[in-house]
Amino acid sequence: MAAIQIDQVTKRYGTLQALGGVTFSIEEGEFFGLLGPNGAGKTTLISILAGLNRADSGSVSIMGHDVVRDYRQARRLLGVVPQELVFDPFFTVRETLRMQSGYFGLANNDAWIDEVMHNLDLTNKADANMRSLSGGMKRRVLVAQALVHKPPVIVLDEPTAGVDVELRQTLWKFVSRLNREGHTVVLTTHYLEEAQALCNRIAMLRGGKVVALDSTAALIHRISGSQLEVRLASGTLPASLVPLLSHQAEPGANKYSLRIHEYTDVEPILASLRQAGAVIEDMQLHQADLEDVFIEIMEGGK
Amino acid sequence: MIGFRTLFYKEVLRFWKVATQTLTAPIVTAMLYLLIFGHVLEDRVQVYPGVSYTAFLVPGLVMMSVLQNAFANSSSSLIQSKITGNLVFVLLPPLSHWELFCAYVLAAMVRGIAVGAGVFVITAWFAHLAFVAPLWIVLFALLGAGILATMGLIAGIWAEKFDQLAAFQNFLIMPATFLSGVFYSIHSLPPFWQAVSHANPFFYMIDGFRYGFFGQSDVAPGLSFAIVAAFFAVLAGIAVVMLRSGYKLRH
Repeated sequence: MAAIQIDQVTKRYGTLQALGGVTFSIEEGEFFGLLGPNGAGKTTLISILAGLNRADSGSVSIMGHDVVRDYRQARRLLGVVPQELVFDPFFTVRETLRMQSGYFGLANNDAWIDEVMHNLDLTNKADANMRSLSGGMKRRVLVAQALVHKPPVIVLDEPTAGVDVELRQTLWKFVSRLNREGHTVVLTTHYLEEAQALCNRIAMLRGGKVVALDSTAALIHRISGSQLEVRLASGTLPASLVPLLSHQAEPGANKYSLRIHEYTDVEPILASLRQAGAVIEDMQLHQADLEDVFIEIMEGGK
Repeated sequence: MIGFRTLFYKEVLRFWKVATQTLTAPIVTAMLYLLIFGHVLEDRVQVYPGVSYTAFLVPGLVMMSVLQNAFANSSSSLIQSKITGNLVFVLLPPLSHWELFCAYVLAAMVRGIAVGAGVFVITAWFAHLAFVAPLWIVLFALLGAGILATMGLIAGIWAEKFDQLAAFQNFLIMPATFLSGVFYSIHSLPPFWQAVSHANPFFYMIDGFRYGFFGQSDVAPGLSFAIVAAFFAVLAGIAVVMLRSGYKLRH
């Protein structure tokens, strides 16, 4: 059974088509990345999973439970860290977490609350009022709130936006542990190196549609290969090398990015340059990463 | 059940933590009304024979406090949560629309009744009160609190900004309360305004409540009860349907 099954989901806000028929599924135990530029529909999709928004058509289910018809079971199985840094200024951290447990029907949850606070370095703030916390600390509480009911499916909507390195590391350590223990994790982020390091599979959204869906390794492999960046002190790029120019080329600086598939491609390129009388001032071999794939996919359809 | 209990507890704790503003302030305000209107009108107005104006005023002020604070609690809690965004904490868990309704309404009733009781304890010193039919007193206080708590819930769901909520409060709740006969008997009004007052559901709440004290009222308490109970049922129905559909909460 899929942890999350999204089927032909559409959502329109006035004239804006936020989601135009999104279909994919996320299996149990995956660490799944949902990527896309601002306005691609990531948060709308997450809001529909969480029951905060309603799809115009299509259906979403969490571990087989429809988020509208069977919303109580679906919500019990789902923990969502919202993107906005929200908090209730009336309460302390511990009160906040106890109440969130209660909303999920858990009366005596202190042992797990303590463990979550410990893992997110919140223990010494347990009795501090939410108002008095820094932004990073508030973010930790939001994560803790999403985890109070030990949900098998965890969704993090840009949890590291504007967050310091320490929290990012704490957070990923804890979330990775939960993932190893069997929790399904869905992550949206603008930090692509984070997604590349953590996610085993990735969906990319653009304009409310899925434009790529594959394992992280396959995505990186499929699109780019590697780049050879050369800056020429004199001379120009010979015509034979022009087809290898990638979209990232900066010809103005007499700097070129050439796409190569294997390291053995490097030598013929250097030979061609030598023959054309070009002198290399600087050269770098750049391994393709998720950012290259992302840019290529996002710009590809324009 | 735990979900409902927790949300109810949270809503009570919310106003308790700012009790100066949510409990003490409205009690002081009601006392000022009593002192000023009582002082000015005590010797000039007698609404019911044998009942001093101050004594007449006390139940009205108590009920007005119950109503205004029940409304203020659910409406301000919801609008604050909506505007600050922390309503998601309540929308993400598996709370049913009934749990949401009961928790918000009951907590607001607790605040309304608490303020009303406070006003009563303090103002009762200033007047000689009878308790002819205590059951009616309790019944109308509970129903009135329930109605305004539900109206607060509806207003809080409907309003998108404080401005709209203030309009609801100032142009609907305040006139309906002030014109319901808190400060006067509607029999002192010209016939046209008497008829208008009869269309105001708030009038029946205060009239029935006052009957419990003096055994005298403008309308028979049974009729008032029927009207008030029906009004509550309709409002509760509207609120529950709004919550179930996710109106303005789940887009």
